[in-house]
Amino acid sequence: MEQLDLPLIWAGLICFAIFAYVVLDGFDLGVGILSPVLEPGHERDQAINSIAPFWDGNETWLVMGGGGLLAVFPLAYAIILPATYPLMIAMLLGLVFRGAAFEFRWRDPRHQPLWDLIINIGSTVAALAQGITIGAILQGIKVENNAYAGGWLDWLSPFSILTGVAVVIGYALLGATWLIRKTEGGCQRHAHRLAYWLAAATVAAIIAVSLATPFLHNDYWRRWFEMPQVLLTAQVPLLVAICTGVLFWSLNKGRELLPFVMALALFLLGFIGLCISIYPNMIPPSISLWEAAAPRDSQLFLLVGAVFIIPVILGYTGWAYWVFRGKVGTEGYH
Amino acid sequence: MFEHLDAVFLARVQFAFTVSFHFIFPAFSIGLASYLMVLEGLWLKTGRGVYANLYRYWLKIFAVGFGMGVVSGIVLSYQFGTNWSEFSHKAGPVIGPLMGYEVITAFFLEAGFLGVMLFGINKVGKGLHFFATCMVALGTFVSAFWILSVNSWMQTPAGFAINDQGQFIVGSSWWDVIFNPSFPYRLTHTVIAAYLTTAFAVGGVGAWHLLKDRANIGARKMFSMAMWMAVIVTPIQIVAGDLHGLNTLEHQPAKVLAMEGDFQPSPNGAPLILFGIPDEEAATVHYQLAIPKLGSLILKHDPNAPLPGLTDFPREEWPPVAVVFWSFRVMVAIGFAMLALGLWSLVARHRKRLFESRALHRAAVFMGPSGFVAVIAGWITTEVGRQPYTVYGLMKTVDSASPLDAPAVAASLIAFIVVYSAIFGMGIYYLLRLMANPPHRGEPEPPNVPTYAAGITPAASLEPHASQPAGGSDGTT
Repeated sequence: MEQLDLPLIWAGLICFAIFAYVVLDGFDLGVGILSPVLEPGHERDQAINSIAPFWDGNETWLVMGGGGLLAVFPLAYAIILPATYPLMIAMLLGLVFRGAAFEFRWRDPRHQPLWDLIINIGSTVAALAQGITIGAILQGIKVENNAYAGGWLDWLSPFSILTGVAVVIGYALLGATWLIRKTEGGCQRHAHRLAYWLAAATVAAIIAVSLATPFLHNDYWRRWFEMPQVLLTAQVPLLVAICTGVLFWSLNKGRELLPFVMALALFLLGFIGLCISIYPNMIPPSISLWEAAAPRDSQLFLLVGAVFIIPVILGYTGWAYWVFRGKVGTEGYH
Repeated sequence: MFEHLDAVFLARVQFAFTVSFHFIFPAFSIGLASYLMVLEGLWLKTGRGVYANLYRYWLKIFAVGFGMGVVSGIVLSYQFGTNWSEFSHKAGPVIGPLMGYEVITAFFLEAGFLGVMLFGINKVGKGLHFFATCMVALGTFVSAFWILSVNSWMQTPAGFAINDQGQFIVGSSWWDVIFNPSFPYRLTHTVIAAYLTTAFAVGGVGAWHLLKDRANIGARKMFSMAMWMAVIVTPIQIVAGDLHGLNTLEHQPAKVLAMEGDFQPSPNGAPLILFGIPDEEAATVHYQLAIPKLGSLILKHDPNAPLPGLTDFPREEWPPVAVVFWSFRVMVAIGFAMLALGLWSLVARHRKRLFESRALHRAAVFMGPSGFVAVIAGWITTEVGRQPYTVYGLMKTVDSASPLDAPAVAASLIAFIVVYSAIFGMGIYYLLRLMANPPHRGEPEPPNVPTYAAGITPAASLEPHASQPAGGSDGTT
C-alpha cells in the first residue's frame, strides 16, 4: 500500500466522475439547450420526458466532483472556486432554475412556455459556465501563498469564451443524438436534422480550441509536440478524425445509437486532450497534483469506500436506465 | 451595523440564507420518505387501497420537495469553496472525506432509485418498487448521518491533528472524527425533528381535509397516523433535546449560556429565564420572567448546582446572544405546543372524537408548518451559537472566508435571494396546491410519468391493474 501514488489514483477517479457527469448530464443539459427549437407540445414533451427519470441522478455526479475535490484535493477546491466565483454562482443558479422548472412544467400547464424557457436558459447558462471554467483553468490561475490571488473577473478572456461556446455546442450535439435514440416520429427526424449541423459545429469548435490551446503556455506546446510523446499525443487528433467520420456515416445510415456513442467519444477525446495539456498540474501553471492533494490518510480513507461503493453505484444506476430503456412515449401519463 | 457589512459578513448571510432554505426540504423529505415506505409496506401487507392512495398522494408532493432539495443542495456543496475557501483548505482533509461518503453512500442511492420510485410503478414488480422506496428512505437517513457528523465535528472537533500547513488531518482515528462527542445527540435530535416536521405537516393536511369532509377516508387515516406520531415521538424528542443540551453544556458552555440568557454566573443554582430582553452591552436580561433554580435542575439535574455565566468567558468568544436566546425559545415553545396537540388528540381519540372535533382539526392545521419553523429555529440556535468559530475553539469564522471582494459576495447574495424567492416560492406554492387537493380513490401517479412504446415493457405492466397500487378496485374502505 505504501507505494500507491494516491494523488494520481484520485486524479483519475475525479476525472472519471467529471466525465461521468459530462456523459450523463451533458445530454440532458443538451436537451434543455435544444428545447426552444423543438415544437411545443408533442415534440418538446417527448424530449423532456426522455430525461425526466434521470436528471437528478445525473447531477449527483456534479456533487461528487465538487465533494470529491474538497475531500481529496482541498487546495484545488479552495483555489478554483473563488477564482471562478461568478461562473460557479451562475452555474448553480442555472441548475436551480432548470431543476425546479422540470418539476413545475407539469404542474402548471398554463405557464408551460415560461417554464420551458427557464429550462432552456438554465441549461444554457450552466453549460456555458462549465465550459468557461475549463477555459479559465487551462489559461492558468494566479496563486499566492496557497490562495487565489486574482480578481473576480480574471477568468474572462476570448479563449475561455471560446471553450464556453464549444461546450454549449457539444452538449447540444449530445442532446440531439440522445433524442435520436430515445424518441420517434417528428421529434426524432427533427433531432436528426439538428445533429448534422451540431456535429459540424462541434468539430469546428474542437479544432478551434485545439489550435488555440498550445499557444496559451509553452508547457502545453511542449507536452503536445515534443518527441517522443508526440507519437502518443498525435493519436488524439487522429481518433477525433475517425470518430467524426463514423458520426457522419452513422447519421447518414440512420443509425440510432451510434451517433450518441460517437458524440460521447468526441467528448472523451476532448477530455483526454485537456488532461494531456494540464498534466502533471492540477491548477496551471504552478500547482501540481501532488501539491494540491489532501494528506494521505484522507485520500486513503475515502478511496477504500470508493473502491467498493462506486461499482455498486454503477450497478444500480445502470439498472435504473435499463428499467426506462426504449423509446419514450409522445405524452406524459395523462 | 454597517461597519460589519464586509465580505465575511455577507458570506455568512449568504450561507445562512441558502442553508436555511435548503434545510426545509431535506427535513421534509427525510420524514416523508420514511412515511412513504410505511404506507407502501402497509399496502403490501394489508392490500387496503387507502394506503395505496395515500402513497400516491404523498408521492407527488415528495417529488416536488425532493427536487427542490436536490437543486438547493448542489449549491451548498459548492458554496464551501466559493465563499469559504480557507475553511475548505484547512478543514477539507477531515470533513471532505465524510462529505465524500455522503455522496457515494447516500446521494447516489437516493437519486438512483428515485426515478424507479416516481415513475417505475408499472415497470418493475411490487416488491422491487417497494425496495426502491426503501432505498430512497435509507438514502435520506444515511445522508443525514454523514452531514450531521460533519456539522458535529465543527461543533465538537475530535480525533484530529494539525499538520505543518495548518490543515486539520485525522489524528487518532476516523472513528473518533465521525463519532465526535456531540454527534449521537445531534443525529438523534435532528432526525426525530425531521420525522415530527413531516408528521405535523401530514397531520395539518389531514385536518384541513377533515374540516371540509369528515368522512374522507384518506384524510382520516393520515390524520390518525400523524397524531399517533405526535403523541409518541414528541416526548421522546423533548428528552433527546434535553440530553443534547447537557452535551452542549459540557462541550460548548458559552452556547448554552447564551441560549439560557445566563450572563452572570450562578454559584447557588441558575434560574430558568422564560422570557426577557437580553442586552449584550449591559450583560443582563431586562424584564426577565424567571423560575429560580429550574435552570440548574434542567442542565445539571440538581437545583443547587453552580453554573458559570457568559461573563466568565472573554467577550470576543460570545456568540450573538439575542439571536441564540430567541431562536432557542421559539424551538422549545413549538416543541411543547406539539406535545399539547398530541395529548389533546389522545384525549379526543379516547372519547371517539378524533375525527369530529373541529377545534382539534383547526389547531392541527395551525400547527401544520410548526415543524419547519422549529427545525430552522433549532438550526439557528446551534449554528449561531457556534460563533465566532467555524471549527469550535480552533478556527475563527473571519479566518475561514474566501479572498473575495465584498461587491462580488453582495452581488451573488442578491442573486440567490431573488432566484430562491422566485423558484422556491413557486415550489412551495405548488406543494400547497397539491396538498389542497383532497386525497381520493384512484389517486393518480405523478403527472409526468413517461410512457414507453410497446414491445420493451416488462411483463408486470401488461396487467396494469394487478401492479398498480392505486387500482380502483381494491376497496378503499
